[in-house]
Amino acid sequence: MSVLAILEQRAGEWNRMSFETLAAAQQLAGELGVPAGAAVLGGAVQALAAELAGKRLERVYAVEHELLADYTPDGYVLALRQLLDRVKPTLVLFPHTYQVRDFLPKLAASLSRAAVCDAVAHRVEGGQPVLVRQLFQGRLNADVRFSGDGPHFASLQAGAYRADRVVEGSARVEIFTPRMEAKAIRTRPGKPFREAQRAVDLGAAESIVAVGRGIGDARNIELIRRLADILGAELAASRPVCDAGWLPMERQVGSSGQTVAPKMYMAVGISGAIQHLVGMKGARTIVAINKDPNAPIFEAAGYGIVGDLFQVLPELIEAIRKSQ
Amino acid sequence: MKIVVAIKQVPAHDSQLRIASSGKWIEQADLAYEINEPDAYALEEGLRLKEKHGGEVIALCAGPPRAAQTLREALAKGADRAIHIEVEGLGFDPLATARLLAAVISAEMPDLTLAGLQSDDLGHGQTGVILAELLGLPHATIVMEVEVGDGSLRVKREMENGWFQHVEMPLPAVIAVQSGIGKLRYATLMGIKKARAKEVRRIAAADLGVVAAASGAVVDRVYFPERTGRAQLFGGSPREAAAMLVEKLRFEARAI
Repeated sequence: MSVLAILEQRAGEWNRMSFETLAAAQQLAGELGVPAGAAVLGGAVQALAAELAGKRLERVYAVEHELLADYTPDGYVLALRQLLDRVKPTLVLFPHTYQVRDFLPKLAASLSRAAVCDAVAHRVEGGQPVLVRQLFQGRLNADVRFSGDGPHFASLQAGAYRADRVVEGSARVEIFTPRMEAKAIRTRPGKPFREAQRAVDLGAAESIVAVGRGIGDARNIELIRRLADILGAELAASRPVCDAGWLPMERQVGSSGQTVAPKMYMAVGISGAIQHLVGMKGARTIVAINKDPNAPIFEAAGYGIVGDLFQVLPELIEAIRKSQ
Repeated sequence: MKIVVAIKQVPAHDSQLRIASSGKWIEQADLAYEINEPDAYALEEGLRLKEKHGGEVIALCAGPPRAAQTLREALAKGADRAIHIEVEGLGFDPLATARLLAAVISAEMPDLTLAGLQSDDLGHGQTGVILAELLGLPHATIVMEVEVGDGSLRVKREMENGWFQHVEMPLPAVIAVQSGIGKLRYATLMGIKKARAKEVRRIAAADLGVVAAASGAVVDRVYFPERTGRAQLFGGSPREAAAMLVEKLRFEARAI
């Protein structure tokens, strides 16, 4: 039995979530009393692997091939299948990045396994790991256990484990060269690019009023705008509001939008899925207004009102007006 | 162009969730159901591609009899026909569900299979990618744009932190669509009327000959997360709550 962490890099730069996964692998391996290893894939990753040689790990695998220089799901699954044959780990951990979401289900399915994606915590019961996953966008949790023979696969949510808990030590680096042919890779990835500069920089805002699905309809945005105006706040939104076109994408806060840290962040009708929370949890004061008392947003908030926003907001606007 | 869109029926967003007595799922009585929102975007993209390139859109859903309503809505929005894999209790295993869907898709031989990025209930975010593996097809996920070429596809996929990438691949292929790829259409009255005449083929899951092999992950129980929030909540009437909040924001947090 052993734990293997598959870490992510792009163009020689670590994805910062990699070290969260490394910390989790060390922690789980320690609790299970088994060795931990780590692997990194790419065209040339020996410099990154050398960095891992300074961590407490049994072995570090530098998985190198020119066909791994640019990420493709076919290439990564081909290489990882061969690495798993070589290492034979029981549990394989990944950071739950966009890239991992693109290939991990394929890797697991190719071995007739289903991966446990986006886990937020674990415990060890009877010598076996039990992983915690979120359902209904954080409103419910599930305990998931592995059954049968490994390898078992899991990806870990951003922020679920702390990168600063990685234990230093020393590890031997092994260079692993998978056998790969260009014709096995069916997708042709282009160079990553960014869209034109955003017109709205929410990162500089002193205070932000953000609206979620609870607003119900584009016509009701006006109510939020009145609240933002009286507070002198920027208007922002969670992803579903921008997806629906009720506010422009450039006002989106969260993992696929902007990251903000204003003095005050007022979340109205936002349930607080992790994708939103990662974009605003750095705000100094967080206020939540939501009709669901179980909404995860209340976990992040310092102040809250459980209630119907259509009743609360007119009163709140009036109360702010009076106080000015 | 023949397009299959895999859709799922999930509890409505504003459902009040209660844990079932088994402790393994939510109480399903009295719940309202709707199309999984990310799948609504996959359907929207399928309909737009059909409008541009011609062909056929087939809505495919695995679920209990109530899921027929979601397929009817897809037909009303413009899907040409629907296939309902009837199965009681889908369970938590994304591989098992994908095997059912793959059995139907491989028989239909579409040029393109579309899926939403993830479901709003289980949130595995795996079905599209597993489908590609089971069908032996190339795929891309988190896709914001789809351009169809001659026997090929060029998609724009979202990466993290505002980065994007174009990816090219041959058809047939599987695409997991990112929410917000296009503005969702509503069913028109005419659409609803036309939908009544469209075919919904029902297939019993048992008739698909899919071997139910364990995929190695089992759900022990579901439960509400322990709330450790330090939020001060203000109760009373909306007026009282609003007044208290403003007071605290001014004099305690000094945030306004």
